[in-house]
Amino acid sequence: MLAYTVRRILLMIPTLLGVAILVFFMLRLMPGDIVELMLRGEGADVPQHVIDAERARLGLDQPLFVQFFSWMGGVLQGDFGISMWTGRPVSFEIASRLELSLQVAIMATILAVIIALPLGTLSAIFRNTPIDHVIRVISIAGLAVPSFWLGMLIILFLLTFFNWIPPLTFVSFFEDPLRNLSQLIWPAMAVGYRYSAVATRMTRSSILEVMQEDYIRTARSKGVYERLVVARHGMRNAMLPVVTVIGLEFAFLIGGLVVTEQVFNLNGIGKLFVQATARGDFTMVQALVLLVAVCFILINFLIDMLYAALDPRIRYS
Amino acid sequence: MATTTETAPKVTYRVPKKRHPVLAFALTQPLGTAGLLFIVVMILSAVFADVVAPYDPLQVNYMAIMVPPSLEHPFGTDNFGRDLFSRVIYGARTALAIGFISSLVGCSIGAVIGMISAYFGGIVDTLIQRFMDVLLSFPIIVLALAVVAVLGKNIVLGVDVNLIIAIGLPIIPKVARVVRSSTLAIRELPYIDAARAAGFSHRRIVMRHILPNVTAPYLIMLTAFVAQAILLEASLSFLGLGVTEPTAAWGLMLSGSAADFYLEAPWMIIFPGLAISLAVFAFNLFGDSLRDWLDPKMKM
Repeated sequence: MLAYTVRRILLMIPTLLGVAILVFFMLRLMPGDIVELMLRGEGADVPQHVIDAERARLGLDQPLFVQFFSWMGGVLQGDFGISMWTGRPVSFEIASRLELSLQVAIMATILAVIIALPLGTLSAIFRNTPIDHVIRVISIAGLAVPSFWLGMLIILFLLTFFNWIPPLTFVSFFEDPLRNLSQLIWPAMAVGYRYSAVATRMTRSSILEVMQEDYIRTARSKGVYERLVVARHGMRNAMLPVVTVIGLEFAFLIGGLVVTEQVFNLNGIGKLFVQATARGDFTMVQALVLLVAVCFILINFLIDMLYAALDPRIRYS
Repeated sequence: MATTTETAPKVTYRVPKKRHPVLAFALTQPLGTAGLLFIVVMILSAVFADVVAPYDPLQVNYMAIMVPPSLEHPFGTDNFGRDLFSRVIYGARTALAIGFISSLVGCSIGAVIGMISAYFGGIVDTLIQRFMDVLLSFPIIVLALAVVAVLGKNIVLGVDVNLIIAIGLPIIPKVARVVRSSTLAIRELPYIDAARAAGFSHRRIVMRHILPNVTAPYLIMLTAFVAQAILLEASLSFLGLGVTEPTAAWGLMLSGSAADFYLEAPWMIIFPGLAISLAVFAFNLFGDSLRDWLDPKMKM
């Protein structure tokens, strides 16, 4: 188990390095130059030597691989560089927006789990009955409705019935929990619908699969109540794939937020990413992509470890 | 003694009726059939948009700005007085063209990579799989955004080729993974050994003996990823990085001025959003049923 864990950790390194290389060189292929965009963007007449000086200050005049290694060197020491656009450290810009995105992501996850587990289980128990059909249609619809459109509909609904519009500023949970929750529950719902749909479908198929196992038949033939069979023998064993899906979707939620934050006027990671991409702010985009990839790979790793810990049949050598 | 003419007892055999596959699909998969019907309607109205749409989707009419849905304008008009019903119909053209092409490109490249990876194994397999892992660790929209930003626009025959690359790229690793595992199972079967013993080239073995056996998962994924591609195109266009004005595209119709005015004129966002949702819904329903029908054990 220890050997497996170590090997699994070591295997994360090439993947992360691959992500870093891909992002770095892809961004360098981008047309347009941030320095020109920043200084000449408004059509100002800036002499060439000023532009060159600014490029030198940002280190953009050095060969690509030198830039890459100095960036990687910084990253290894926890220094992600300075945002080329705002001039503040990238880690500062990200940290100041992370709380918001993370909170929406966590709320969406909680919503999704609360909705998905009971619905998925019901759907599996009442397979091929009207209950199952309704739940399946609802969850397939969840995969189809774009989260940003759902967000717009929610705002429209709130405005029409409660005269509520998305606030311009965001209140931290630690300052005023109630107001904070009333602000963020709506974006969480907008992204949570799709999320819960994915989890519901996984719960259903996973339980259906487990219910065909021999130990379920054994439990039934012993005369265990059907409810207990489902709860103790079925659900418990069906949870692993569901946990996987929830974990992976959580990692991808940052992606879902890219668009939804736009609708709710939330100044989070997603909005930062879109802005940074549009402005050609290399250091910012690199750091954000790396952050998301690290989250994804870490969650993947944790899930694998969880599998090994929860399921005694899985033994890695 | 009366003579009775003996007649052979009539025996009828019940031969199971061989139904046409389309009919068999329709009878066992009602939800999938509904999805398929909707897809057909969508394709027809996209192809014959010139006939179906009552107005020119680009025609600006300052006498009819943000008119609510009426008999004249079933879905109302936008802030330029353009007829939304016509724009939604023409938007189907954009969505389906980009959805189908990106899914086809992504699934085909993914399938080839998956087959090569599994067939050759060893270092080729390891290298390809590591690279696919790298691609998989980007959220799809982040990957697509980066590609759009890097490549810019490149319009050939009215379709943005770079947008198709951006939408197709995230599909590749997922398809490659599924096709790889199918191929791994097939590779061990005796007829592949036989083909190899007969001295067939790698190319022939892959194309003639392995490819036909991965068609079912390929078709299922092709359908499923059209849905993802339509959704991704809508998201990118919504962010202003996909299809651009004045082309009629559903995601684009939800952004820009629609985002400014939708509180006063809700029909400006309701119908395009509904169009995206229904299109993706139909493809998902059909894809799901197709999987149940062709390969119920497949995991995606």
